[in-house]
Amino acid sequence: MSVISVRDLIKTYEVGEVKVHALRGVTLSIEQGEFVAATGPSGSGKSTLMHILGCLDHPTSGQYFLDGRDVARLSRNELAEVRNRKIGFVFQGFNLLSRTSALDNVELPLLYTEKSLKTAERHKRAMEALKAVGLSERAHHHPNQLSGGQQQRVAIARALINQPSLILADEPTGNLDSRTSVEVMGIFQRLNMEHGITVLLITHEHDIAEYATRIVSFKDGRIRDDVQVTNRRDADTELASMPAIA
Amino acid sequence: MSPVMTTRIALKALARNKMRTALTMLGMIIGVSAVITLVGLGNGAQARIEAQIKAGGTNLVTINAGNFTAGGVRGGSGAAATLTIDDVEAIRKEVPNVQYITPGVNMRGQVIAGNQNWSTRVQGTDVDFPLIREWPIRYGSFFSTQDVNSAAKVAVLGKTVSEQLFGPEVDPTGQVIRVRNQPFKVIGVMGSKGQAGMGDDQDDTLFAPYTTVQKKLMGQQYIQSITLSAANADATSDVSNAVSVVMRTQHKLANGDPDDFTVRTQEDIAEIRTAALDTMTNLLAGIAGVSLIVGGIGIMNIMLVSVTERTREIGIRMAIGAKGWDVQLQFLVEAVVISLLGGGIGIALGFGMADLATRFWEFPTQVPPNAVAMAFGFSAATGIIFGFYPARKAAALDPIVALRYE
Repeated sequence: MSVISVRDLIKTYEVGEVKVHALRGVTLSIEQGEFVAATGPSGSGKSTLMHILGCLDHPTSGQYFLDGRDVARLSRNELAEVRNRKIGFVFQGFNLLSRTSALDNVELPLLYTEKSLKTAERHKRAMEALKAVGLSERAHHHPNQLSGGQQQRVAIARALINQPSLILADEPTGNLDSRTSVEVMGIFQRLNMEHGITVLLITHEHDIAEYATRIVSFKDGRIRDDVQVTNRRDADTELASMPAIA
Repeated sequence: MSPVMTTRIALKALARNKMRTALTMLGMIIGVSAVITLVGLGNGAQARIEAQIKAGGTNLVTINAGNFTAGGVRGGSGAAATLTIDDVEAIRKEVPNVQYITPGVNMRGQVIAGNQNWSTRVQGTDVDFPLIREWPIRYGSFFSTQDVNSAAKVAVLGKTVSEQLFGPEVDPTGQVIRVRNQPFKVIGVMGSKGQAGMGDDQDDTLFAPYTTVQKKLMGQQYIQSITLSAANADATSDVSNAVSVVMRTQHKLANGDPDDFTVRTQEDIAEIRTAALDTMTNLLAGIAGVSLIVGGIGIMNIMLVSVTERTREIGIRMAIGAKGWDVQLQFLVEAVVISLLGGGIGIALGFGMADLATRFWEFPTQVPPNAVAMAFGFSAATGIIFGFYPARKAAALDPIVALRYE
């Protein structure tokens, strides 16, 4: 069964007098365990699509099934629950709570989960998630004490904590240097391959898109191209061959 | 999310902005402490007056002649010539549980002793008087039933009168004084009783048999008041009611006629005296209450700023699964924590200021427990009411709009 299935998705904004057609009819299916990169120039509609797929925004028309459920029928609270349980977000600007430790940031989604866990259990799971992204020794640092790459890894740990079936990453490497970008892509590849988590990566950098298994490119609110990656890049091998930074 | 977690998150958020939190709290602190202090001062004053009046004895009942009205000319209370010694006898005979009873006839007069003179209240009374008032004798003795029956020209001086005429610590018994140019023999001096509830000096009185005052000084037959003591404090109101019945029969009042006398217990008098003060206290507390509202508006203002400032945080929380209710509760709890903490500090400060007033101005203060409960409840309500709008505004944010907010 498809994790994501959208049909004829249309999104129109009204900015003052002008109508902006962000999506002009997008039909797309993403299967369980895929690693999909959505690419395209800015304004092509890929971010709008991600917001709709992430249940943060509503389409003007069209259908969206997430794990077989019709999202249009869900209430505000049910959407919040879906975001909490099924989706993990990773943003370009990290979107961590400032003046809050990495551990507390990672724990945050657990606080909004229906059945509440004991504090000790929450800490344990948050530490495990931080360990998975290689940041356990920075658990008590605040975001402003961490580098961009480290902050993005905290954000990924936060996205993982509720064991989502889908990770939505919006330009996750946009604010990172090239080596850190490769590191972050390595984490996504591991999550995808080892844990079978479906990843949808939004990026405008074509070389970053090549870490995915499939590239969907957008232009003017429509899908222009949808191809399987033939010569997939592997972040871990690339990292091993990169010179160590002093 | 559990309420405990919500509270913890709210506390963390407040701790991040200590200065702002403290200043916002200040509004509540000032409001609550003002209410507590003012109510404390008002109640203290009330309690003092009540205590002074009750010190006269809680089992006292006073009967005064009613208002006097004749052809449009109205005299004050006690001016009507309706009370007589027969009323006293009737009460003594027919009302159970009356321990002591005395008629009262009052006038003012110039008292002369040697080359000293002093204007004072001359109180005509009966032998039961010192027993009713539990008023000890300093020198000599009070007059006897025989003195009353024979309208003897004898006087018992209050301490102030004795000091004014003969000097302090002097036993004037046996001396002769003149009241309205008639010689009276001093047979005793009362102990000190001090100020009455409204501040007049009870020791500034000369006591004589009521018969003497009626016949020799005033030349009339009526009496102005009757004072009696019930056998015990619990019987006071029964006695007071029975007195009214006897008095109505005695004065041949038909059903529906108004009383031509008033019966008051010491309790009633205390109530009347403190009623005015009560109004004053409530007024002051009301004014102080206004500052609580101002404090509440301060909280709302800061919460609105806080919601705008933290729009992005709200967006992040919503993106990872916070429901509208979670966000609303978080901001509501922040407002309530500010107001409750401010209220708590305000209560402590109020007690402190009341204590200072007692210490430095020797002003009695008494903060009633219900004022504390009310101040606390009011500050909680302020937090909820003024925190509700900003919290709802936060909860109503669109996640994507909040997340994009710069």
